[in-house]
This record gives sequence, C-alpha cells and structure tokens, in this order.
Amino acid sequence: MSSPATHAAHAAPQGFIRKYIFSLDHKVIGIQYYFLGLFSVFVGMALSLLMRFHMVNPAVSVSWFARLWPTAAQGGVMTPELYLSLMTMHGTIMVFFVLTTVPQSGFGNYFLPIQIGAEDMAFPVLNMMSFWTTFLALVIMLAAFFVQGGAPLSGWTAYPPLSGAGAITGPGEGMGQTLWILSIAVFCLASLMGAINFIATTVDLRCKGMTLMRMPLTCWTWLVTAILGLLGFAVLLAAGALLLMDRLAGTSFFLPAGMMINDQIIANHKGGSPLLWQHLFWFFGHPEVYIAILPGMGVTSQLLATFSRKPIFGYKAMVYAILSIGFLGFLVWGHHMFMSGMNPYSAMAFATLTMCIGVPSAIKTFNWIGTLWNGRIHFDTAMLFALGFVSLFVTGGVSGIFLGQPALDLYFHDTYFVVGHFHMIMGVAAIFGMFAGTFYWFPKMFGRMMNETLGKIHFYCTFIGVYAIFTPMHFLGVAGNPRRYAEFTQVEYLGKLIPIHQFMTWAAYFTAAVQLIFLFNLFWSMRRGKPAGQNPWNATTLEWTVPSPPPFDNFAGVHPVVNHGPYEYSVPGAERDFIMQTDPVEVPSEE
Amino acid sequence: MLLAPIVWVLAAVIVYFFAARTWWFPPPINQHGIAYDAQFMRTLVVVGIIFFLAQFALGYVIVRFRNRGGRAGYSHGNNKLETLWTSATAILFLSLVVMGTKIWAGVHFDEVPPDAIPIEVMAKQFAWNFRYPGPDGKFGRTDLKLVNDAAGNPFGLDDKDPAAKDDIVSASLKVPAGRHIKLILHSRDVIHNFFVRELRMKQDIVPGMEIPLHFEADQIGTYEVPCSELCGLGHFQMRTTMQVMSEADFEQWKIQQAQK
Repeated sequence: MSSPATHAAHAAPQGFIRKYIFSLDHKVIGIQYYFLGLFSVFVGMALSLLMRFHMVNPAVSVSWFARLWPTAAQGGVMTPELYLSLMTMHGTIMVFFVLTTVPQSGFGNYFLPIQIGAEDMAFPVLNMMSFWTTFLALVIMLAAFFVQGGAPLSGWTAYPPLSGAGAITGPGEGMGQTLWILSIAVFCLASLMGAINFIATTVDLRCKGMTLMRMPLTCWTWLVTAILGLLGFAVLLAAGALLLMDRLAGTSFFLPAGMMINDQIIANHKGGSPLLWQHLFWFFGHPEVYIAILPGMGVTSQLLATFSRKPIFGYKAMVYAILSIGFLGFLVWGHHMFMSGMNPYSAMAFATLTMCIGVPSAIKTFNWIGTLWNGRIHFDTAMLFALGFVSLFVTGGVSGIFLGQPALDLYFHDTYFVVGHFHMIMGVAAIFGMFAGTFYWFPKMFGRMMNETLGKIHFYCTFIGVYAIFTPMHFLGVAGNPRRYAEFTQVEYLGKLIPIHQFMTWAAYFTAAVQLIFLFNLFWSMRRGKPAGQNPWNATTLEWTVPSPPPFDNFAGVHPVVNHGPYEYSVPGAERDFIMQTDPVEVPSEE
Repeated sequence: MLLAPIVWVLAAVIVYFFAARTWWFPPPINQHGIAYDAQFMRTLVVVGIIFFLAQFALGYVIVRFRNRGGRAGYSHGNNKLETLWTSATAILFLSLVVMGTKIWAGVHFDEVPPDAIPIEVMAKQFAWNFRYPGPDGKFGRTDLKLVNDAAGNPFGLDDKDPAAKDDIVSASLKVPAGRHIKLILHSRDVIHNFFVRELRMKQDIVPGMEIPLHFEADQIGTYEVPCSELCGLGHFQMRTTMQVMSEADFEQWKIQQAQK
C-alpha cells in the first residue's frame, strides 16, 4: 500500500475561481459534475415531455412551439423531423450527460478518494480537465439545436447511412449531426481522462489497511465502471472519428456503393459497411449500459447494508458478480444486432453469453434480499430509493430474458418492449441509484440533511409514476408498436393503442411535475436543512469519519488506517451496532 | 413500510395485464408463429414467476424486517445458498435460449426449398416496392440511372433486357397462401426493417447488402407492414401491406399486373 501523497501536488486554493470554477479538488469537481448532470436531466426530461405531447397530439398547434422553432414547428405544429431530433437529443443527453456523468463522475469523484482514504484523485489536473472537457462536449451538443436544420434525427445510436450521408438524408443531418459526432468525440476524451484517473486512484491511493476486499462495494463499482469506460469510450472515439471522416473527408467506412438517396445517386462512396458502425457502436454501447447501472448497484448495496444494519450478504459474491458483469459486458454487444443482417449463427453465441450475464445480475438481487433478511430496516428516503432500485432492477431485468433470445427478438426488436426494458433498467433504476446517493450523501456534501417529508412524497410519487410510464410500454411492444414513430396515424393497428400512449403521457407529466419537489428540497436543504453532523446514518465507511463537508484534504493531514471490512453492522458483542472501518482492532469483528 | 403494499399492488397489476392479454399479439398465420407464441408463453411463465416472487420477497422483507428495536442478525452470507441460486438461474436462463434455438433456426438456418417464390423488396425513404420475376422466372437487369419513381420504375428496370420486360412491380406485397416465399431484401438509401406482426418476424434491410428472408403464410388476409428501423422523418408513415391470397387469386393477380 503506497502512502497517499497527492497533496504535495497542490495546496488549498485561494480565490473564487481556483476554488469553485477551475478547481483541482475532487469534491468540487464531483459537485460540478453533479450539477452538470442535474441541468442535463432537466433538459432531457423536458425533451421527453415534448415528445410525449407530440405522439398523442400530432396535429395540435401550440403557439410557443412556433416561436421556439419557426421552421420545424411552423404554425405551431411540430413536424416529425422535430420529433425525431428531440428524441435523438433526449437519448443522447440522458445517456451521456446524465447516466454516465452523475453516478460515476459526480458521486465517484467526490466519494471514491474519501472512501479509500486518499486526499484527492491521483491526477487532480487531469480531473479538472476531464470536467471542463465534458462541459465543452455539452455545449457542442446543445449547439446542435441552433444550427441550420436543427439537431440530428438519427437517434442516440446514429446508424449510418442515415447519420453518414449528410443533409441529403433529412433535416438535422447536416451541421447538426456533425456537431453531435464532435460532441460525442469530445465526451469520449473526457471520459477516458476520467477513467484513467479512477483506475489509478483506486489502485495506488488506498490508505493503510484498505485492501481491495475491504473496499466498499461502491468503490468496486466505480473501479469496474472506469475500466469499462476506458475500453468502451476508446472504441466509440475511433468510430466517431471514422464517421466524421465519412461525412467530411469523403471516406467510405460505413457507406456502401450503389446508394440513391432522395433521388440522387451517391457516386462518391463505395466499399463501406453500415454494420461496421453497429459493431463498433455497440461494443461501446453495451458496456455503457453497465457504466450507467453499476454505480447504482454499488450505492444500493451500500445503503441496504447501512439502513438494515446488516453486513452485505455475500460480499465476495457481490465483488465477483461486479467483475463478471464487467467482463461479460464486453461479449454481448451482438444482442443489439440480432436483426441487423449479421451472420445469424453468431446470434447463438451472443444469446448464450447474454443469458450468462443475467446470472451475476440475479446473484446481486438475491444478495440484496439476503442483506435485508433479518435486518432492522430504517425507512429513510435514501433507503426508500435503494429499495425502489431493487424493485425496478428486477422489473427492468426480467424483460431482458425475452429480448436476449434471438427467437423472441424476431418480434420485439425495435418495438416499445425494448424502450420499456431499457428505460426501466438503465433509465429509472439508474436514476433511483442517483436519488439514493443524493439523499444519502447530501449531508456529507453540504453539511445539512435533506427534508424527509418532501423526500418521501417525492419518492412515492416518482416510484408509482415511473411504473405508470414504463410498464405500459411492454404491452405496446407485445402489440407490435414500433419505436421511434413520431405519430401513430399511418399504421392502422397503432390507432387502437393510442389510449395507452395517452395514459403514459399523463403519467409522464405527473412524474415530471413531482421532480420539482426534489429540486426544491435540494436547494432549500442546502441553506435551511437540519445540520447533519459527522455521521448521521451511523454508517461505517471512511467518509463518515470526517466532518461534513470534509476539509480540503479530506482527513486534515491525518492518514487514516483501516482495520475492518466495510459493512460491520450489528456485530455481536460490540458496543454499538456498527464498527467503523477505522475503529481500533480490539473490537471483536474480523471474520 | 408503505412501500411493501405498493410493490405488491404494482406487481399484481402487471401480472394481471399479462394474464388478461388486454393488449396482445394478433393471431399467428403460420407454423413459425405458433411455435413463436409457445416459446413466448414458456418465457412469460418463467419470467412471471421470477418477477412475482422477487417483488413479493422484497415487500415481505420490508414488512417483516422493519426496524422494531433490537439488533439485526449478524451474517456475512451463505455460500451454499449462493451456489444454489447461481446454478439455478444459469440453468433456467440457458435452457430458455436452447428451447428458442429451433425457432431461430427455422427462420435463418433452414435451407430455402428450390420452389420458393422469389420476391425482391426495395425499401427507400419512405416507401416499399416489391418485384416479381414474371413468367420467365428471371429478374431482369436494373440500373440506378433508370430509377424513376414518378414514372413507375422504382427499381430502375432496363427495358433493353428482355428478362426485365415481364417483371412485375407492386407497392404492396402479395403472396400465395401455403407456399414458401423467399424475400430478397434491398435498401436504396438507409436502413429499414421489414416487419409483419402476424408472421412473428422482422429483418433489417441494409443498403449494400442482400438479405434473404424465408417464410410461409397460411392464413388468407391482409396484414400491415410498418417500417421498424428508424429511417428518417417519414419513418412513421413508411407502411405497406402484405396480402396473403389463395394460389388461384395470386396467379390471377399476376396476370392482371402483367397486362398493365
């Protein structure tokens, strides 16, 4: 174990700009990422409300639409291309700037160093650069709304030729799509910097006694997520560069010969493969799903132990499950491509591996129930969100057993069944992980407690709300409703399904509205919340051994020494019902 | 605490709607569709049980182990249980995939019989076109330069080729019931997807690739074909129909088309 010495690199900063803007402090950077994500999630949610409005009111004129989009919503009626660009931006912003950013770069940045007893991340300057690079990526992404033709319409997956042949394939496919690719490339760079930092920090900066097998499960998930990011974003960056060259430099990586788009023969491309993009994209895209959900699993594990006052059931099994999810996550990308025209024999291999990855996910669920078993469960809002995560994770996970079978995917591919599946699991389950993390760590980050009454109202409304939005999507899928349809007026059988869409739209309005309670709670509690004290949850990990908020170098110059595993709750014979990781050895605890 | 009944009610509502089949598949129109539905039902039962048990257990522990004072039990887990449920899930999940293999093989691995009727599909933003070889049984030469949608030549058939003269072009798909059909899927521009709910089948159509799709349809009727891969602003209106006719009607239709 090396002794942490990062703060030789930088002393406590003076002045507003070095302290809060171009800060090198992992805690400030973590909060910056959190607020970048918070801004993005509200943008993404607003886009989804506009989408839901359009799907059930395709012909209704709204005067401020016309003011907002003079060409794409002329006369106040949203065009299908506007719908598709809202959809593309919703998916992109949510996946990259929320799901990738908050659980890993936000909470991870803030709490990984503290939980392993380090004074900062391994490379503080790199850390600052990765945040500001992410910020730049967000600015470029949002700029796509304001260029000629508007934002791209090819979805967050950006399949060429739709995304590769230029403005000829549709509005938004000119400058908008170019900016989209640029933004993603910049985001990849930022994420690579972050990933290297997380890995180096976890490997090198653990304090004395913090063996790998004493790390909180959150740290394990951040480590494995960083490895996934390092390998995944590198591939996406390469793919993005190639796609950009197809568009701007006349190469043909993804564009085949013999195309005729919009009555024009495309003579200057030949030899490319649209499937190549899909392979590269999903080689990143599947691990990305785990990038989004793994930290949520970590937070959930941490909270279930803390609030049921029990050690994690099967800590080692949990670690192995995280590792095998990380490993298998790179071998299953083909299950997004069962219908793509790739060799159908390879589908068998991808399907088998996909079912294998269901096993560690099931282990986690069993172990969560096992952790709660025989516990003394405290229902603070943070814990409610962790329990909600378990429920949503099960619901979102089991639908994968349908989609992972190529045979059943013959019908479900690209229907709302898929939309329901991934929103449940990588959308709302991951977001519940973030809410859980927010309520749990807010006292540490801001020194005050969040309001529990508001928290509980927000939790119950959101929990019921997300089920009301996303469960019906599975039935739409069974009825054969294709996804990415701007309206349901042209296919006869879809007309009968419009009432379900209306129900989902109302559920979405409701769920979005109750998020304002959260927003209010967050900002109100920052100034008016009850003072938190050092360890309001009687938790065991290192962040609860330091003041709230922690001092600049986290441990005020003291090097912590860890003597215990991360979840020593209710140890028989111990004085209190928890033993902190840094408590002296005399307390009988070790296995 | 309140969470437990909510979880139970939500789980019960979901199970109810799957059991009541309020929103469901249309009836299948071939053997593949029947096998598909059987595999779906097998999976649904397995998944339904897992889903309900997991949600029920979650609610149960919430009620049973809520804090009522005293200390929680101290345990770091149980390796035997761990091994048991790991192997149980692995076996369950993998057997489902194995059971579905035959259905997948029927679509993709089985040899297409030589008497299958070949039909070329040409998808483009945002329309469908279908081509039949005509009485000579041969598809004629095509050339992108001759493509003219307005003049009714979406394939770019070359008049100079005698084999092209009798090719039949249609904006909707007509197939005879009970015969093997071999679609040859082409896209002119971006990726599209051929999907017929009643066939329980879909396939991406990729420019630069020629993807075959083999099926039979037994039930006479007209079925919708909605494009099922995002293809641009008109994606939602890229729709046609597949009409399954008696063999006699199909021959009649071909004769009518040839006279046009």
